[in-house]
Amino acid sequence: MKGIELYIALAYVLLGPLVGGLMSGMDRIITARMQGRVGPPILQPFYDLRKLFTRRIAPVNRLQIPLVACHLLFAVLTGALFFYGSDILLIIFVLTLASVFLILAAYSTGSPYSTIGADRELLLMTAYEPMIIIALVGLFGVAKSFNFYEILRSPTPPWVFLPGIYLGLVLVFMMKLRKSPFDISTSHHAHQELVMGLTADMGGPAYGLVELAHWYESVYLFALALLFFGSNWIVAAVGLSLTYTLIIFLDNITARVKWGLVMAIAWTVTLVAGVGNLIPFYIISRGTP
Amino acid sequence: MSSVERSPWLIHYDASSCNGCDIEVLACLTPVYDAERFGCIVTGDPKQADIFLVTGSVNHLNAPIVKNIYDQMPEPKAVVAIGACAYSGGVFSECYNVTGGVASAIPVDVYVPGCAAKPESILNGVLQAAKILKDKEKAMRAERRGAERRSSND
Repeated sequence: MKGIELYIALAYVLLGPLVGGLMSGMDRIITARMQGRVGPPILQPFYDLRKLFTRRIAPVNRLQIPLVACHLLFAVLTGALFFYGSDILLIIFVLTLASVFLILAAYSTGSPYSTIGADRELLLMTAYEPMIIIALVGLFGVAKSFNFYEILRSPTPPWVFLPGIYLGLVLVFMMKLRKSPFDISTSHHAHQELVMGLTADMGGPAYGLVELAHWYESVYLFALALLFFGSNWIVAAVGLSLTYTLIIFLDNITARVKWGLVMAIAWTVTLVAGVGNLIPFYIISRGTP
Repeated sequence: MSSVERSPWLIHYDASSCNGCDIEVLACLTPVYDAERFGCIVTGDPKQADIFLVTGSVNHLNAPIVKNIYDQMPEPKAVVAIGACAYSGGVFSECYNVTGGVASAIPVDVYVPGCAAKPESILNGVLQAAKILKDKEKAMRAERRGAERRSSND
Protein backbone atom coordinates (compact mmCIF):
# COMPACT_ATOMS: atom_id res chain seq x y z
CA MET A 1 0.00 0.00 0.00
CA LYS A 2 2.86 2.34 0.89
CA GLY A 3 4.15 1.92 -2.66
CA ILE A 4 1.04 3.42 -4.25
CA GLU A 5 1.13 6.35 -1.85
CA LEU A 6 4.71 7.07 -2.84
CA TYR A 7 3.70 7.15 -6.52
CA ILE A 8 0.79 9.49 -5.76
CA ALA A 9 3.14 11.81 -3.86
CA LEU A 10 5.60 11.73 -6.80
CA ALA A 11 2.76 12.38 -9.24
CA TYR A 12 1.80 15.38 -7.13
CA VAL A 13 5.33 16.79 -7.28
CA LEU A 14 5.49 16.31 -11.07
CA LEU A 15 1.90 17.03 -12.14
CA GLY A 16 0.78 19.35 -9.33
CA PRO A 17 1.55 22.54 -11.29
CA LEU A 18 -0.37 21.17 -14.29
CA VAL A 19 -3.53 20.65 -12.20
CA GLY A 20 -3.03 23.88 -10.24
CA GLY A 21 -2.45 25.89 -13.42
CA LEU A 22 -5.55 24.46 -15.09
CA MET A 23 -7.58 25.25 -11.96
CA SER A 24 -6.26 28.80 -12.06
CA GLY A 25 -7.18 29.05 -15.75
CA MET A 26 -10.69 27.75 -15.07
CA ASP A 27 -10.96 30.23 -12.21
CA ARG A 28 -10.11 33.13 -14.53
CA ILE A 29 -12.57 31.99 -17.21
CA ILE A 30 -15.41 31.50 -14.71
CA THR A 31 -14.67 34.92 -13.19
CA ALA A 32 -14.73 36.50 -16.65
CA ARG A 33 -18.01 34.80 -17.59
CA MET A 34 -19.59 35.95 -14.33
CA GLN A 35 -18.64 39.50 -15.31
CA GLY A 36 -19.96 39.07 -18.85
CA ARG A 37 -16.50 38.92 -20.41
CA VAL A 38 -14.94 36.34 -22.71
CA GLY A 39 -11.89 35.90 -20.54
CA PRO A 40 -8.42 34.53 -21.30
CA PRO A 41 -7.67 31.09 -22.77
CA ILE A 42 -7.58 28.27 -20.24
CA LEU A 43 -3.82 27.90 -20.68
CA GLN A 44 -3.24 31.57 -19.83
CA PRO A 45 -1.62 30.87 -16.41
CA PHE A 46 1.00 28.71 -18.15
CA TYR A 47 1.75 31.47 -20.67
CA ASP A 48 2.09 33.89 -17.76
CA LEU A 49 4.44 31.60 -15.87
CA ARG A 50 6.62 30.95 -18.93
CA LYS A 51 6.88 34.67 -19.53
CA LEU A 52 7.74 35.44 -15.89
CA PHE A 53 10.76 33.14 -16.12
CA THR A 54 12.05 34.93 -19.24
CA ARG A 55 12.08 38.35 -17.52
CA ARG A 56 15.48 39.74 -16.61
CA ILE A 57 15.40 41.67 -13.37
CA ALA A 58 17.94 42.50 -10.72
CA PRO A 59 16.69 41.01 -7.43
CA VAL A 60 16.08 43.53 -4.65
CA ASN A 61 18.59 41.80 -2.35
CA ARG A 62 20.48 38.54 -2.05
CA LEU A 63 17.96 37.05 0.39
CA GLN A 64 14.77 37.39 -1.62
CA ILE A 65 15.19 34.62 -4.21
CA PRO A 66 16.42 31.97 -1.71
CA LEU A 67 13.52 32.78 0.64
CA VAL A 68 10.97 32.55 -2.18
CA ALA A 69 12.59 29.29 -3.31
CA CYS A 70 12.20 27.95 0.26
CA HIS A 71 8.56 29.01 0.14
CA LEU A 72 8.09 26.91 -3.00
CA LEU A 73 10.09 24.01 -1.56
CA PHE A 74 7.99 23.81 1.60
CA ALA A 75 4.74 24.26 -0.34
CA VAL A 76 5.73 21.24 -2.47
CA LEU A 77 6.83 19.33 0.64
CA THR A 78 3.50 20.01 2.36
CA GLY A 79 1.55 18.49 -0.52
CA ALA A 80 4.00 15.63 -1.01
CA LEU A 81 3.80 14.63 2.68
CA PHE A 82 0.03 15.01 2.50
CA PHE A 83 -0.31 12.58 -0.42
CA TYR A 84 2.36 10.27 1.00
CA GLY A 85 0.00 9.67 3.90
CA SER A 86 2.06 11.35 6.62
CA ASP A 87 0.53 12.67 9.81
CA ILE A 88 -1.67 15.62 8.85
CA LEU A 89 -0.71 17.46 12.05
CA LEU A 90 2.91 17.51 10.90
CA ILE A 91 1.80 18.76 7.51
CA ILE A 92 0.09 21.78 9.02
CA PHE A 93 3.39 22.86 10.61
CA VAL A 94 5.19 22.54 7.26
CA LEU A 95 2.37 24.53 5.66
CA THR A 96 2.89 27.31 8.21
CA LEU A 97 6.63 27.25 7.56
CA ALA A 98 5.99 27.74 3.83
CA SER A 99 3.88 30.85 4.56
CA VAL A 100 6.53 32.16 6.95
CA PHE A 101 9.18 32.00 4.21
CA LEU A 102 6.99 34.06 1.89
CA ILE A 103 6.45 36.64 4.64
CA LEU A 104 10.20 36.77 5.35
CA ALA A 105 10.85 37.29 1.62
CA ALA A 106 8.46 40.25 1.68
CA TYR A 107 9.98 41.74 4.85
CA SER A 108 13.51 41.35 3.48
CA THR A 109 12.89 43.99 0.82
CA GLY A 110 12.08 46.79 3.27
CA SER A 111 9.61 48.39 0.88
CA PRO A 112 6.51 49.88 2.57
CA TYR A 113 4.13 48.02 0.23
CA SER A 114 5.77 44.66 0.87
CA THR A 115 5.88 45.36 4.61
CA ILE A 116 2.18 46.20 4.83
CA GLY A 117 1.41 43.11 2.75
CA ALA A 118 3.57 40.94 5.02
CA ASP A 119 1.90 42.39 8.16
CA ARG A 120 -1.49 41.57 6.69
CA GLU A 121 -0.41 38.06 5.70
CA LEU A 122 0.62 37.45 9.33
CA LEU A 123 -2.82 38.63 10.45
CA LEU A 124 -4.44 36.31 7.90
CA MET A 125 -2.44 33.41 9.28
CA THR A 126 -3.64 34.13 12.82
CA ALA A 127 -7.16 34.35 11.39
CA TYR A 128 -7.19 30.96 9.63
CA GLU A 129 -4.85 28.74 11.67
CA PRO A 130 -7.33 27.98 14.54
CA MET A 131 -9.91 26.83 12.00
CA ILE A 132 -7.44 24.42 10.37
CA ILE A 133 -6.57 22.88 13.75
CA ILE A 134 -10.28 22.46 14.56
CA ALA A 135 -10.87 20.87 11.14
CA LEU A 136 -8.12 18.33 11.80
CA VAL A 137 -9.47 17.50 15.25
CA GLY A 138 -12.90 17.00 13.68
CA LEU A 139 -11.52 14.74 10.92
CA PHE A 140 -9.68 12.72 13.56
CA GLY A 141 -12.93 12.38 15.50
CA VAL A 142 -14.66 10.87 12.46
CA ALA A 143 -11.90 8.63 11.10
CA LYS A 144 -9.78 8.10 14.27
CA SER A 145 -6.75 8.79 12.11
CA PHE A 146 -4.52 11.62 10.89
CA ASN A 147 -3.69 9.76 7.67
CA PHE A 148 -5.04 11.13 4.35
CA TYR A 149 -6.00 7.71 2.94
CA GLU A 150 -7.54 6.38 6.13
CA ILE A 151 -9.73 9.49 6.50
CA LEU A 152 -10.69 9.11 2.82
CA ARG A 153 -11.76 5.52 3.48
CA SER A 154 -13.93 6.31 6.51
CA PRO A 155 -17.36 4.62 6.08
CA THR A 156 -19.48 7.79 6.48
CA PRO A 157 -18.08 10.90 4.75
CA PRO A 158 -17.01 13.48 7.38
CA TRP A 159 -19.16 16.29 5.96
CA VAL A 160 -22.27 14.54 7.30
CA PHE A 161 -20.96 15.02 10.85
CA LEU A 162 -18.99 18.22 10.28
CA PRO A 163 -20.99 20.64 8.08
CA GLY A 164 -20.04 23.62 10.27
CA ILE A 165 -16.37 22.78 10.16
CA TYR A 166 -16.51 22.44 6.38
CA LEU A 167 -18.07 25.91 6.20
CA GLY A 168 -15.21 27.26 8.32
CA LEU A 169 -12.71 25.54 6.04
CA VAL A 170 -14.28 27.22 3.00
CA LEU A 171 -13.39 30.50 4.70
CA VAL A 172 -9.81 29.29 5.09
CA PHE A 173 -9.71 28.42 1.38
CA MET A 174 -10.88 31.92 0.50
CA MET A 175 -7.99 33.36 2.51
CA LYS A 176 -5.41 30.92 1.17
CA LEU A 177 -6.56 31.34 -2.46
CA ARG A 178 -6.47 35.14 -1.98
CA LYS A 179 -10.11 35.77 -2.76
CA SER A 180 -12.21 38.82 -1.89
CA PRO A 181 -13.20 39.89 0.73
CA PHE A 182 -10.11 38.36 2.35
CA ASP A 183 -7.45 39.26 -0.26
CA ILE A 184 -5.93 41.89 2.02
CA SER A 185 -2.27 40.94 1.70
CA THR A 186 -1.95 40.63 -2.07
CA SER A 187 -4.27 40.61 -5.05
CA HIS A 188 -4.22 39.97 -8.78
CA HIS A 189 -6.68 42.76 -9.41
CA ALA A 190 -5.47 46.32 -9.92
CA HIS A 191 -8.59 47.89 -8.40
CA GLN A 192 -7.47 47.34 -4.80
CA GLU A 193 -5.91 49.88 -2.42
CA LEU A 194 -2.82 47.71 -2.00
CA VAL A 195 -2.39 45.83 -5.24
CA MET A 196 0.51 43.40 -5.09
CA GLY A 197 1.32 44.00 -1.41
CA LEU A 198 3.23 40.95 -0.25
CA THR A 199 4.62 40.31 -3.73
CA ALA A 200 5.19 43.96 -4.70
CA ASP A 201 8.97 43.60 -4.92
CA MET A 202 9.02 40.22 -6.59
CA GLY A 203 9.54 40.67 -10.29
CA GLY A 204 9.96 38.11 -13.06
CA PRO A 205 11.34 34.73 -11.89
CA ALA A 206 10.74 35.47 -8.18
CA TYR A 207 7.06 36.07 -8.84
CA GLY A 208 7.02 32.99 -11.06
CA LEU A 209 8.18 30.89 -8.10
CA VAL A 210 5.41 32.40 -5.92
CA GLU A 211 2.82 31.56 -8.59
CA LEU A 212 4.13 28.00 -8.86
CA ALA A 213 3.95 27.58 -5.08
CA HIS A 214 0.40 28.94 -5.18
CA TRP A 215 -0.61 26.26 -7.72
CA TYR A 216 0.87 23.52 -5.53
CA GLU A 217 -0.96 25.00 -2.54
CA SER A 218 -4.33 25.12 -4.29
CA VAL A 219 -4.03 21.42 -5.22
CA TYR A 220 -3.51 20.17 -1.66
CA LEU A 221 -6.10 22.59 -0.31
CA PHE A 222 -8.62 20.91 -2.59
CA ALA A 223 -7.36 17.51 -1.49
CA LEU A 224 -8.03 18.66 2.08
CA ALA A 225 -11.58 19.60 1.04
CA LEU A 226 -11.87 16.22 -0.68
CA LEU A 227 -11.35 14.50 2.69
CA PHE A 228 -14.73 15.79 3.81
CA PHE A 229 -16.54 13.98 0.99
CA GLY A 230 -14.94 10.58 1.52
CA SER A 231 -14.38 8.12 -1.30
CA ASN A 232 -17.70 8.68 -3.10
CA TRP A 233 -16.33 10.40 -6.20
CA ILE A 234 -19.65 11.76 -7.52
CA VAL A 235 -20.50 13.48 -4.24
CA ALA A 236 -16.91 14.72 -4.01
CA ALA A 237 -16.95 16.15 -7.55
CA VAL A 238 -20.28 17.90 -6.98
CA GLY A 239 -19.24 19.18 -3.56
CA LEU A 240 -15.87 20.48 -4.69
CA SER A 241 -17.25 22.20 -7.82
CA LEU A 242 -20.01 23.84 -5.77
CA THR A 243 -17.44 25.01 -3.21
CA TYR A 244 -15.12 26.43 -5.86
CA THR A 245 -17.96 28.18 -7.71
CA LEU A 246 -19.19 29.67 -4.43
CA ILE A 247 -15.69 30.97 -3.63
CA ILE A 248 -15.36 32.57 -7.09
CA PHE A 249 -18.87 34.01 -6.82
CA LEU A 250 -18.10 35.58 -3.43
CA ASP A 251 -14.82 36.90 -4.86
CA ASN A 252 -16.79 38.72 -7.55
CA ILE A 253 -19.54 40.22 -5.42
CA THR A 254 -17.60 41.38 -2.38
CA ALA A 255 -15.12 44.18 -1.76
CA ARG A 256 -11.97 43.83 0.27
CA VAL A 257 -12.57 44.33 4.00
CA LYS A 258 -10.28 45.81 6.65
CA TRP A 259 -8.03 43.46 8.61
CA GLY A 260 -10.03 43.93 11.82
CA LEU A 261 -13.16 42.66 10.12
CA VAL A 262 -11.24 39.73 8.63
CA MET A 263 -10.20 38.67 12.13
CA ALA A 264 -13.72 39.21 13.49
CA ILE A 265 -15.36 37.18 10.69
CA ALA A 266 -12.76 34.41 10.78
CA TRP A 267 -12.80 33.95 14.56
CA THR A 268 -16.59 34.25 14.82
CA VAL A 269 -17.02 31.54 12.20
CA THR A 270 -14.31 29.45 13.90
CA LEU A 271 -16.09 29.75 17.24
CA VAL A 272 -19.69 29.42 16.09
CA ALA A 273 -19.45 27.01 13.13
CA GLY A 274 -16.19 25.27 14.06
CA VAL A 275 -16.31 24.82 17.84
CA GLY A 276 -20.11 24.81 17.73
CA ASN A 277 -19.90 21.77 15.44
CA LEU A 278 -17.01 20.03 17.17
CA ILE A 279 -18.38 19.96 20.73
CA PRO A 280 -21.83 18.42 19.91
CA PHE A 281 -20.10 15.94 17.58
CA TYR A 282 -17.76 14.76 20.36
CA ILE A 283 -20.59 14.53 22.91
CA ILE A 284 -22.72 12.43 20.53
CA SER A 285 -19.90 10.25 19.21
CA ARG A 286 -18.74 9.40 22.77
CA GLY A 287 -21.89 7.32 23.21
CA THR A 288 -21.09 5.15 20.16
CA PRO A 289 -17.96 2.96 20.10
CA MET B 1 4.05 32.65 -30.54
CA SER B 2 6.45 34.05 -27.99
CA SER B 3 5.49 33.93 -24.33
CA VAL B 4 5.45 37.68 -23.84
CA GLU B 5 3.13 38.13 -26.79
CA ARG B 6 0.60 35.91 -25.05
CA SER B 7 0.74 37.62 -21.68
CA PRO B 8 1.61 41.30 -21.86
CA TRP B 9 1.19 42.66 -18.34
CA LEU B 10 0.54 46.38 -18.14
CA ILE B 11 1.18 49.24 -15.81
CA HIS B 12 -0.69 52.48 -16.32
CA TYR B 13 0.53 55.89 -15.21
CA ASP B 14 -1.38 59.13 -15.57
CA ALA B 15 1.13 61.90 -16.28
CA SER B 16 -1.03 65.05 -15.95
CA SER B 17 -3.71 63.75 -18.28
CA CYS B 18 -7.20 65.29 -18.26
CA ASN B 19 -8.45 61.75 -17.33
CA GLY B 20 -10.06 61.34 -20.76
CA CYS B 21 -7.48 58.79 -21.92
CA ASP B 22 -7.35 57.18 -18.46
CA ILE B 23 -11.04 56.42 -18.59
CA GLU B 24 -10.55 54.88 -22.03
CA VAL B 25 -7.66 52.75 -20.71
CA LEU B 26 -9.96 51.46 -17.97
CA ALA B 27 -12.70 50.91 -20.56
CA CYS B 28 -10.35 48.37 -22.22
CA LEU B 29 -10.85 46.13 -19.17
CA THR B 30 -14.65 46.22 -19.27
CA PRO B 31 -16.80 43.45 -20.80
CA VAL B 32 -17.16 45.34 -24.09
CA TYR B 33 -13.42 45.41 -24.89
CA ASP B 34 -12.06 42.81 -22.41
CA ALA B 35 -8.29 43.17 -22.62
CA GLU B 36 -7.87 39.96 -20.62
CA ARG B 37 -8.79 38.03 -23.81
CA PHE B 38 -5.23 38.73 -24.94
CA GLY B 39 -3.77 37.82 -21.56
CA CYS B 40 -3.39 41.45 -20.50
CA ILE B 41 -3.39 42.13 -16.77
CA VAL B 42 -3.10 45.61 -15.30
CA THR B 43 -0.65 44.83 -12.53
CA GLY B 44 -0.13 48.17 -10.83
CA ASP B 45 3.38 46.95 -10.03
CA PRO B 46 6.26 48.07 -12.27
CA LYS B 47 8.38 45.04 -11.33
CA GLN B 48 5.82 42.68 -12.84
CA ALA B 49 4.84 44.79 -15.86
CA ASP B 50 6.01 44.38 -19.46
CA ILE B 51 4.28 47.31 -21.11
CA PHE B 52 4.12 50.83 -19.69
CA LEU B 53 1.01 52.82 -20.67
CA VAL B 54 1.43 56.55 -20.18
CA THR B 55 -1.34 59.08 -20.70
CA GLY B 56 -0.99 62.85 -20.67
CA SER B 57 1.91 65.24 -21.07
CA VAL B 58 5.08 65.10 -19.01
CA ASN B 59 6.00 68.06 -16.79
CA HIS B 60 8.93 68.83 -14.51
CA LEU B 61 7.16 67.35 -11.51
CA ASN B 62 6.24 63.95 -12.93
CA ALA B 63 9.19 63.35 -15.28
CA PRO B 64 11.26 61.73 -12.47
CA ILE B 65 8.27 59.51 -11.56
CA VAL B 66 7.82 58.35 -15.16
CA LYS B 67 11.56 57.59 -15.31
CA ASN B 68 11.44 55.78 -11.97
CA ILE B 69 8.61 53.49 -13.06
CA TYR B 70 10.37 52.82 -16.37
CA ASP B 71 13.63 51.94 -14.61
CA GLN B 72 11.93 49.50 -12.23
CA MET B 73 10.42 47.45 -15.06
CA PRO B 74 12.29 44.26 -16.00
CA GLU B 75 14.01 43.94 -19.38
CA PRO B 76 12.74 43.75 -22.10
CA LYS B 77 10.05 46.41 -21.81
CA ALA B 78 7.92 48.58 -24.10
CA VAL B 79 6.27 51.97 -23.68
CA VAL B 80 2.92 52.98 -25.18
CA ALA B 81 2.15 56.70 -25.18
CA ILE B 82 -1.61 57.17 -25.30
CA GLY B 83 -3.31 60.26 -26.72
CA ALA B 84 -2.31 63.59 -28.20
CA CYS B 85 -0.79 64.93 -24.94
CA ALA B 86 1.45 61.89 -24.56
CA TYR B 87 2.64 62.44 -28.13
CA SER B 88 3.57 66.11 -28.03
CA GLY B 89 2.06 67.68 -24.93
CA GLY B 90 -1.15 68.31 -26.90
CA VAL B 91 -3.03 71.46 -25.97
CA PHE B 92 -0.72 71.85 -22.97
CA SER B 93 2.50 71.83 -25.00
CA GLU B 94 2.98 75.59 -24.63
CA CYS B 95 2.59 75.55 -20.83
CA TYR B 96 5.57 76.83 -18.84
CA ASN B 97 5.91 73.60 -16.84
CA VAL B 98 5.31 71.04 -19.60
CA THR B 99 8.42 69.42 -21.10
CA GLY B 100 6.44 67.82 -23.94
CA GLY B 101 5.30 64.28 -24.72
CA VAL B 102 6.36 61.08 -22.98
CA ALA B 103 9.40 60.89 -25.27
CA SER B 104 10.87 63.85 -23.38
CA ALA B 105 11.35 61.54 -20.38
CA ILE B 106 11.69 57.95 -21.66
CA PRO B 107 11.98 56.16 -25.03
CA VAL B 108 8.54 55.43 -26.54
CA ASP B 109 7.77 52.41 -28.72
CA VAL B 110 4.15 52.95 -29.78
CA TYR B 111 2.04 56.09 -30.10
CA VAL B 112 -1.74 55.74 -29.87
CA PRO B 113 -3.50 58.67 -31.56
CA GLY B 114 -6.67 60.37 -30.38
CA CYS B 115 -8.03 62.94 -27.97
CA ALA B 116 -9.19 60.96 -26.15
CA ALA B 117 -7.81 57.75 -27.64
CA LYS B 118 -10.42 55.08 -28.41
CA PRO B 119 -10.31 51.79 -26.47
CA GLU B 120 -10.00 49.90 -29.77
CA SER B 121 -6.90 51.85 -30.75
CA ILE B 122 -5.44 51.49 -27.24
CA LEU B 123 -5.84 47.70 -27.49
CA ASN B 124 -4.27 47.83 -30.94
CA GLY B 125 -1.36 49.82 -29.50
CA VAL B 126 -0.87 47.33 -26.67
CA LEU B 127 -0.81 44.39 -29.08
CA GLN B 128 1.70 46.18 -31.32
CA ALA B 129 3.84 46.85 -28.26
CA ALA B 130 3.64 43.13 -27.45
CA LYS B 131 5.01 42.38 -30.95
CA ILE B 132 7.83 44.87 -30.39
CA LEU B 133 8.55 43.19 -27.05
CA LYS B 134 8.86 39.87 -28.82
CA ASP B 135 11.49 41.33 -31.17
CA LYS B 136 13.33 42.90 -28.24
CA GLU B 137 13.32 39.56 -26.45
CA LYS B 138 14.75 37.86 -29.52
CA ALA B 139 17.47 40.49 -29.81
CA MET B 140 18.25 40.11 -26.11
CA ARG B 141 18.57 36.36 -26.45
CA ALA B 142 20.81 36.68 -29.52
CA GLU B 143 22.97 39.16 -27.66
CA ARG B 144 23.29 36.81 -24.70
CA ARG B 145 24.18 33.93 -26.98
CA GLY B 146 26.74 36.11 -28.72
CA ALA B 147 28.27 37.09 -25.38
CA GLU B 148 28.47 33.42 -24.37
CA ARG B 149 30.15 32.53 -27.64
CA ARG B 150 32.65 35.36 -27.21
CA SER B 151 33.46 34.28 -23.66
CA SER B 152 33.90 30.64 -24.75
CA ASN B 153 36.24 31.75 -27.56
CA ASP B 154 38.32 33.69 -25.06
